[in-house]
Order: sequence, then structure tokens, then C-alpha cells
Amino acid sequence: MSVPAAEAAKVQDLRPLSPLRLGLARFAANRTGLVSAGVILAFVVLALAAPWLAPHDPGEADLFRRLQPPAWAEGGEWAFPLGCDGLGRDILSRLVWGARISLFVAAMVIGLAAVIGTLAGLAAGYFRGWIDTLVSRLVDTLLGFPYLVFAIGLMAMMGPGLHNIVLALVYKEWVFTCRVVRGETLAAREQDYVEAARALGCGPGHVMLREILPNVLSPVLVVATFRMAYVIIMEASLSFLGLGVQPPTPSWGAMVADGRDFLVDAWWVSTTPGLAILALVLAINLASQGLRDAFDPRLHPS
Amino acid sequence: MSATRLVERLLQLLPVLFGVSLIVFLMITLTPGDPVEIMLADQRATPEQVEALRRDLGLDRTLAERFLVFLGNALRGDFGISFFHRRPVWDVIAERLPATIELTLVALLVAVAVAIPLGVIAAVRRDTWLDRALSAASLFGVSLPGFWFGILLILLFAVELRLLPVGGRIGYAYDIPRTTGFLLIDTLLARDLAAFRNVVAHLVLPAITLGLPTAALLARVVRSSMAEVLASDYILFAEAKGLPRRRVLLLHALKNALIPAVTVTAIETGQLLGGNMIVETVFGWPGLGRLVVESIFARNYPLVQAAVLLFAVTYVSLNFLADLLYTALNPKVRL
Repeated sequence: MSVPAAEAAKVQDLRPLSPLRLGLARFAANRTGLVSAGVILAFVVLALAAPWLAPHDPGEADLFRRLQPPAWAEGGEWAFPLGCDGLGRDILSRLVWGARISLFVAAMVIGLAAVIGTLAGLAAGYFRGWIDTLVSRLVDTLLGFPYLVFAIGLMAMMGPGLHNIVLALVYKEWVFTCRVVRGETLAAREQDYVEAARALGCGPGHVMLREILPNVLSPVLVVATFRMAYVIIMEASLSFLGLGVQPPTPSWGAMVADGRDFLVDAWWVSTTPGLAILALVLAINLASQGLRDAFDPRLHPS
Repeated sequence: MSATRLVERLLQLLPVLFGVSLIVFLMITLTPGDPVEIMLADQRATPEQVEALRRDLGLDRTLAERFLVFLGNALRGDFGISFFHRRPVWDVIAERLPATIELTLVALLVAVAVAIPLGVIAAVRRDTWLDRALSAASLFGVSLPGFWFGILLILLFAVELRLLPVGGRIGYAYDIPRTTGFLLIDTLLARDLAAFRNVVAHLVLPAITLGLPTAALLARVVRSSMAEVLASDYILFAEAKGLPRRRVLLLHALKNALIPAVTVTAIETGQLLGGNMIVETVFGWPGLGRLVVESIFARNYPLVQAAVLLFAVTYVSLNFLADLLYTALNPKVRL
């Protein structure tokens, strides 16, 4: 049977989308997901453009403005819209700069953990045998620590600082990606397409990275966004305890801690940075829920 | 579950416990900075004295030997001397444990009391505005940074309304003999109702702060497992028999829907141990969590090491318990 040329072209257009693009297309149709992605994007822009967007120098102390209330309250002024902290520093500017720390730590931790977890999971699931035993034992051991306890223990030993926060969180975070990728790889290696690639003489590296990896990318993406919310709360918690980024670098968790000394006189010092954390984490959680729905309706309850 | 299966699972626990101890051991050992120098920081010591202390602490031996010594001591509950308190680490920890256990259990009670009814209601009224409101609330609860939520509660209930006390476990005015260390029990043993009420008032805000995120998570689990059960054939059958709705929900459905909730609760209890460090710091609660945070700043490493190991072992045991409970409660996975 002959197929008309026009129809053949149409068939050409209907090439199947990759699972990743299919999922992203479905995500784009979800209103809540899109709005929350917009909020996240706004925070990213804020963080990147902090030097131009922040009205004041975040470290500039002015004791005459000590605990100055927000603009709408009595004694406030619009030059310092959210008021000032215990050293008379502009809270809005510190919030804008603080977004850098939160997002930088989250992006670094999630990025490193995704790469390490994916490679370890691919290797464990594909080679099985002693590699799998080794990786799985390590995963089980790390899962034996409550997250915050593990991070606090490491920070206690390594000392505070941006670099050490990233390390302390990555040491455990990769486990979550690894578990998912290992499971997907174990399932994938029994599939015909992997069998076919091997029959064609492809080496393990090629099969893992070119054949299996593209098929596990969507779960990795879902895990990454879902975990990112958690990592942001972890960084804020460590900074709150004084184990995170050191002053005068503004970080949201440390700002909440600073404000605890003035709860009675100046509620705004502690509460505003917490609102920023809540807004960002909520947006990420909503976006991750949207992604989960888009990529795997089975994963979502009900 | 058969006895052999139980033994098998227990044996699987050993490598994890070994690995956890190894990591805790390495955390301290591979830390830059010499413990001897920290201990002798404020004293002038001759090189001979430094050398003698190194030998006493066993720091001249190989890493493997030191790990075996650490493991042997840990099994006997010997974690060395707390630099700061000049007393055995274990004594200092044991003193603080009741405060933390009391807070954790009450927080757990709050979580379960909030989560189960809300989860059930959401499942029964599925896809109504109520369900959507509850699921939004639970997402909100999961996204709340615990330390900030605690501060909001202090602002509202202690600073503004002056309804509840903040700081410590009991007011200074009350003098209660510490028999068990659990003040809820001690005040009752002393038949001092005013003191009991004071202890409860001190517990309310920290327990809500610690328990609410767990409640949010648990409510989601209850909702989804209840929804699944309600859609099953045996519920349809029970309703077709004409059994009253309430009876079907509470007796037939809830019993099975709670199986995953029990597992999640056991696992979450372990996570609460981490949350304790935050909540105890926010509320000035004299428990183990705050002790750990204070010890970090005092560079009291043996104590931090012992506490991290204790938390991890508890966590692993709770996970194991969750596993056992799941198998015991769920006829489908009986092996």
C-alpha cells in the first residue's frame, strides 16, 4: 500500500516526545505548578540581581536606626520598607542577599547529590554483585541517621561555613537519588531495549549513560525538586543554630535567630525572614507536587 | 512472623549498626584539631605531659585499634569524660534524657491526635472543598520551618496574649522531688496539681512546634490509605449489608487504613529526635537536644559523639520496629 506524501509528513510530526518533554508539557498545563514555578523564578532573579535590587548595603549598620519598625508602622519610613534589625541594618536588603545563600546551598547540594546519586545508583543497579552490596550498605548506614542529627554532627566537627554546609548535606542527600535510580535501573536492565543495546556490542558505560540514563531522568528531576524544599529548611535550621554561614553574611535562618533577642520590642526582625523561607519552600513543594503529577500520576495519592 | 524471620531481620540490623558506629567514630577522629590540645588549651603542659595524655587516651594506637576500643566502650555505655562537666558523658546524657523523651512523646501524641481525625475526614469527604483545604493546610505544615513556627507561637501566646509560659519545663516556684525525671509523672506522684498544670502549660508550645509538621505528614498518609481502603470491595460489601456508616468507617476501614500510619509514625518519631535540637533551643528546654547544641559550641566532642550515636541507634531501632509492626499488622505481608 502506498502512503501519500502529505500523510507521511504528518506521521513524521507525531514522533513520540521523550518522557522528560512529555512530562514538562503536562506540567506547563497545570496552573498551580506554573504559578509556583514563577515564585521560585522570582526568588532566583532576586538572588542573582541582589547587588542591584537591594536598596541598601546589607552589612551597613546604623545604630540610629536600631530596631526601626517597618514602613507602615509608626516610626517607620519607606526608605527602609521592612524596618531594621538590632544593628540598624536594612532587613529588606538582608532578605534579598539572604536569598543567595539559600538558593546557592540548595542548588549546589541538590546538583551534587543528583550527580553522585545517579552515578552510584546506575552502577549499583546495572552491575549488581559487590558494587551493589557496597552501595546499598552505605545507603542503609546513612539512612540510619536522622538527617538533622547527621548534619549537625558533621558541622560540629567540620566547623561552620558555606562550604561545609554544602558538604555536610551532600554526604547524606545523594542517598535519596541513589535509591530511586538503583530501583529504576534494576527494572530497566531487564527491558528489551537494554538487551538490544548489549546485543549490538555496546559497553556498560554506553548502556548506562546513553540507554538507561535518559529513562531515569524524570524520577531524578522529581526527587530533586521535592528534596530541594527540605534542603532549604535544613540550611536555614543549621544557620539558625549558629552552625551555618557566619555573620555578617546574611542568611535567613541566622536572621530569625538574631531577632529572638528582640521578640518583645521588635517582632519584625524574626518574623520577616521566616516568611521568606516559608514562601520559597511552599512554592517549591507546590511545584514538586505538580511535577510529580505530570511525570507519574501513579506516584500521587488518590 | 516466624522466629527464624525475626532472627534474620535482627542480623540484618548488625551491619547497619556497625556502619553507623564507624561513621560516628570517623566524624570525630578525622576532624582537624588535636583533642589533646583542646583539653590542655588553658594549661601549660610540657611535651612529656602531652605525650602521657596521648597515651592515656589511646591516641598513639592505630585507627583500627582505636575503633575497636571505641566500639567496646560504647557497648558498655562508656563514652569517656565530658570535658566541660568533668563527669562521665553517659551520666550527663542520662540526666537530660527524661526531658527530651517527655517532650517527644507529648509531641507525638499531638501529631496523632491531629492527624488521624483530619486524615479520616479528608478521605471521607474526598474531593470536596474540605479535603482541598486540609491538603493545602498539610502542605503548609510540611513547609513551615520549625524554629520560626516556634517563635511565632511564642510571640502570640507568650508575648501578646500572655497565656503560656516560655523557657524551661516548670516554674521556679514549684519544688518537686525528681523521682522519675518525667515531670508529668513526678508532679502527680507529689500530688501537686498546680505544679502538674504548670508543667503542662510549659509543654504546650514546644510540643505543638515539634508535633505539627509530623501531624501534617501523617494526615496525608492517613488520608491516602483511608481513601484506598474506602474504595475497596469489602467496604462496599459492608455497606451493602446495611451496616451503619459510622461502624463501617471506624471498625472496618480505619483498622486497616492505620497500618501505614503506624509505620510512618515510628519512622517520624526518629526524625523528631533531630527536631528536638531546634525546638529545645527555641524554647530553652533543658533536654538532650539543647545539650548537644551547647556542647558543639563548647567543643565538647565526646558528648556530641555519644549523643549522635544514641540518636542514630534509636532511629535505626525505631525503623526496625516500624518494619516489625508493619509485618505484624498487615496480613498481606505475613512471611
